[in-house]
Amino acid sequence: MNTSVISRAPNQSFSLADRLIRVHIDLWLLLLLLVLGVVGLLVQYSASGHSMAVVMNQAERLGIGFAVMVVAAQAPPEFYRAAAPWLYGFGVVMLFAVLLLGDHAKGAQRWLDLGVLRFQPSEILKLAMPMAVAAWLHTRSLPPKLSTILITLAIIGGPTVLIAMQPDLGTAMLVLAAGVLALYFGGLGIRWILAVIVAMAAAAPLLWLKLHDYQKNRVLTFLDPERDPLGTGYHITQSKIAIGSGGLFGKGWLAGTQAKLDFLPESHTDFIFAVYSEELGLLGEAVLMALYAAIVGRGLYIALRGQDSFQRLLAGSLAMTFFIYVFINMGMVIGLLPVVGVPLPLVSFGGTSAVTLLAGFGMLMSVYTHRKLLSN
Amino acid sequence: MSALGSSRSGFDAIKNLYEEKRTFTGRVVFAAILCLLMIGLIAARLIDLQLVRHDYYSTRADDNRMRLTPIAPVRGLIYDRNGTLLAQNLPSFVLDITPERVRNLNDTLERLKAYVRLSDQDIARFKERMRKGPRYRSVTLRSNLTPEEVARYQLNRFDFEGVEVNAGLVRDYPLGESAAHVVGYVGGISEADYAKLEAADYEGLSQIGKAGVERSHEDLLRGAPGTKIVEANAAGRPLRELESRPGSSGQNLYMSLDAQLQLVAEKALGDLDGAVVAIDPRNGEILALVSKPGYDPKLFVEGIDAASYRGLLEDKSRPLYNRALLGTYPPGSTIKPFMATAALNFKTVTPDTAIYCSGSMTLPGNSRKYRCHKRQGHGSVNLDSAIAKSCDIYFYQAAMNLGIDRIDEILGQFGFGKPTGVDVPNEKGGLLPSKEWKRRVYKQVWFPGETLSLGIGQGYLTTTPLQLAQGTARLAMRGLGFKPHVLHAIADQATGAISGVAPEALPALTGQSTDLQERVIHAMQLVTMFPGGTAYRAFKDAPYSSAGKTGTAQVVGLKQDEKVAPTFDSTPKHLRDHALFIAFAPVDAPRIAIAVIAEHAGHGGSVAAPVARQIMDQYLLGKVLYDADPAATAAAAAAAVADPALEAEEGVPADDEEPPPATPPPAATPR
Repeated sequence: MNTSVISRAPNQSFSLADRLIRVHIDLWLLLLLLVLGVVGLLVQYSASGHSMAVVMNQAERLGIGFAVMVVAAQAPPEFYRAAAPWLYGFGVVMLFAVLLLGDHAKGAQRWLDLGVLRFQPSEILKLAMPMAVAAWLHTRSLPPKLSTILITLAIIGGPTVLIAMQPDLGTAMLVLAAGVLALYFGGLGIRWILAVIVAMAAAAPLLWLKLHDYQKNRVLTFLDPERDPLGTGYHITQSKIAIGSGGLFGKGWLAGTQAKLDFLPESHTDFIFAVYSEELGLLGEAVLMALYAAIVGRGLYIALRGQDSFQRLLAGSLAMTFFIYVFINMGMVIGLLPVVGVPLPLVSFGGTSAVTLLAGFGMLMSVYTHRKLLSN
Repeated sequence: MSALGSSRSGFDAIKNLYEEKRTFTGRVVFAAILCLLMIGLIAARLIDLQLVRHDYYSTRADDNRMRLTPIAPVRGLIYDRNGTLLAQNLPSFVLDITPERVRNLNDTLERLKAYVRLSDQDIARFKERMRKGPRYRSVTLRSNLTPEEVARYQLNRFDFEGVEVNAGLVRDYPLGESAAHVVGYVGGISEADYAKLEAADYEGLSQIGKAGVERSHEDLLRGAPGTKIVEANAAGRPLRELESRPGSSGQNLYMSLDAQLQLVAEKALGDLDGAVVAIDPRNGEILALVSKPGYDPKLFVEGIDAASYRGLLEDKSRPLYNRALLGTYPPGSTIKPFMATAALNFKTVTPDTAIYCSGSMTLPGNSRKYRCHKRQGHGSVNLDSAIAKSCDIYFYQAAMNLGIDRIDEILGQFGFGKPTGVDVPNEKGGLLPSKEWKRRVYKQVWFPGETLSLGIGQGYLTTTPLQLAQGTARLAMRGLGFKPHVLHAIADQATGAISGVAPEALPALTGQSTDLQERVIHAMQLVTMFPGGTAYRAFKDAPYSSAGKTGTAQVVGLKQDEKVAPTFDSTPKHLRDHALFIAFAPVDAPRIAIAVIAEHAGHGGSVAAPVARQIMDQYLLGKVLYDADPAATAAAAAAAVADPALEAEEGVPADDEEPPPATPPPAATPR
């Protein structure tokens, strides 16, 4: 690959992919994300009860997201490495601000109202976390030694705890995953990984005591959804009914009954995968799954092509975090995981997460398209 | 492998780039494998949900969305025997409100008043119903809108979001008050009703037969509800119809009643309180059943308000009370033909036995005087004159000779003392006293004097007008009998097939010889057909032969020392005597048997007999539009023919010595 790039004269480009690389865009990621976005809009239309308003609203947000992605791709990886500590620091300050001044929404303090703009500082950390960990490990020799690991854990732990305190368990888990994944890609010893798993298992009872009632309920309901079929178990029971009744081929686009007749709650946000499954069946899911796998795969490929530790760790973390997103959402919708508020990336209704995710893909594109011709 | 990095402590700046790249590649491969495993986990779960357990979840999804909505059946119509409508379903405009679509309910109701008559009652009832149901279900505010109200509303309906005029069916009784006691009415299903009925039969129905035939033949009239499968959302709101299975309408019923005769009977009774029952003796079909005063059944259909209901309940003349079936009256002298039948049967008298009536008699060892209504006495009387002139002494004697046990046996066979089993709800059995009964209820032995009172239909004995009519029908049929009933035929609404209701024969009277029965009937003929008979005036010039018996039942006994009975006009109304009359006609081929009771109206001959005369004229001579009915009557008629007529002409001799003008006024029959 490197040789082909070298052999090519600066102004000679033969393919669309090559031409796009010059404007720092990865054709494959772009295409896959666009397809995913369109699929998302189609499901939105059905889940929202044929509301063009919802679809246009989401399309607008996706549009902003894609614009952000393209802009983000223009900055070189070095910029992100340099910006990492600042963004991370800014994010942490904002998290403190949220805890002190934030708005309450659905019983949790997540939003910060800046007058003109209401946003969730925890979203910043979704990007700032892998950037910061990658930038920090970039300065160390890898695999990391004990002191490096401990400092890294501190970098990861701080914001995670702050977000969990809001409380926003879903985002806390994603931010934690982003940091830990960067550390993992940095070469964290297998013994360490096992130790973390054991520590987490040991801490589970303590964590249980710290959980809010609604969080405890989610876990209990996850273990036995029929425990409270009209209350907390209702979501998951109705979701399973929607998916199961979809069968192999599904009921057809717009023909699902569970969402249309309001049996399925949160049908166009967190539980949109149930709507998709009911209408498009197992075959439709296979297509969606393949789409996500291809995006993750492309992300990991870009990570492999990264030219320094920062680029590799950042790209690897972003790609895998995206996968974790998908896994947690699908896992909770099909009843494999407790219900935590994690949307299905780029398909669920919601602008903030889509913009953040696409900004992350912008960084991936930046890593891929800013490679120096003569690396190594 | 990765742990090696720690050996180079202090040299972080010096990086082994090749080693880092290699480690990273391994990590990516491992992560990719992990991703595939996790995808596999999700795929396994999806296959389980969507292929393995697909049927289960499909059913659950359908259970979620499908709702069964009942379709109310159309209630069967009720006709009289000639096809005159007695109960029908009228299209009615109702004003419905869907609460969730109305922004300001009280304001809407207030504004509606400008176009539609709304009573506080309507509003209270509406709010009550609204509270019970879900907010998306429409609730009726008013029914029976007039066309003017509908028009006025329609012009302004744009101002009334959530209010609409719908067409529905409302039960209607064209004869109104006239047949209310037989036809009855429908009303809202009460908690008590729900406890008794099969809920599935009443899906979608809000009313049930509450009284009369509407109640007794509820199962025939109701029909079967259908179902509609609708798709509903999570809130239960129906969105579209998926499937419809219509039920079946109720069956149309033809009553044995003759509406014209019913009207005539009602009119004949005039302003009097009382009851009339006319039966076709050949099959037990009730031709007319009047209880006055009546009530308007329409009041109950829409739901009667508390004040009106209290008014009806507290009305002293008790309009809701069906006197024909529930009123238990002393039969007075109308019992005498039955008593005579018993006496002849047990041969305690012969038709020609003469008894001397001196105006009173006493029992041995008792100073109490048993008086005849005629103070100066009838002189020598036999069966004919005793019945024709209603001599009490003759029947005191006859009863005394019979004894209570034999009286019970024969009167019991005529149907006294127990309900007839007619297919109209709520019937009393009257009281046929016996030694056993006296012991049980009063813990006393039976006194001979009580037997005497029984002989003239006083004392403990009480009968309903229906029982009297039934007994008269049996006399007319020379001992044969049929269970009284009002259901004549059933018309299936789906097939149009009409099936008649077969009469139910009752066991014939035992040990009655035709000869002796004819003698009783002959005596009864004297009552209506010959000068001197107590009902002669009422039946004067009737072109048909008839046989009857008057009665005047005492409400309050005369004291022993009271020499002169109080005059009719000086007695407070509620203490005045009841006037009774029983009769059948024509004598040789009876087609109608009648019992008339007029409460506190005085004399049977002068008050009750003319009522019967008018009914018989209408039935036997009037513009009768129908011919005798199908199979049912044919069979019964055959039975009747088996007993060929007595010679009406032969009975003519007026063996009545003194023909007193109709019964003397104050008829207080002492015990």
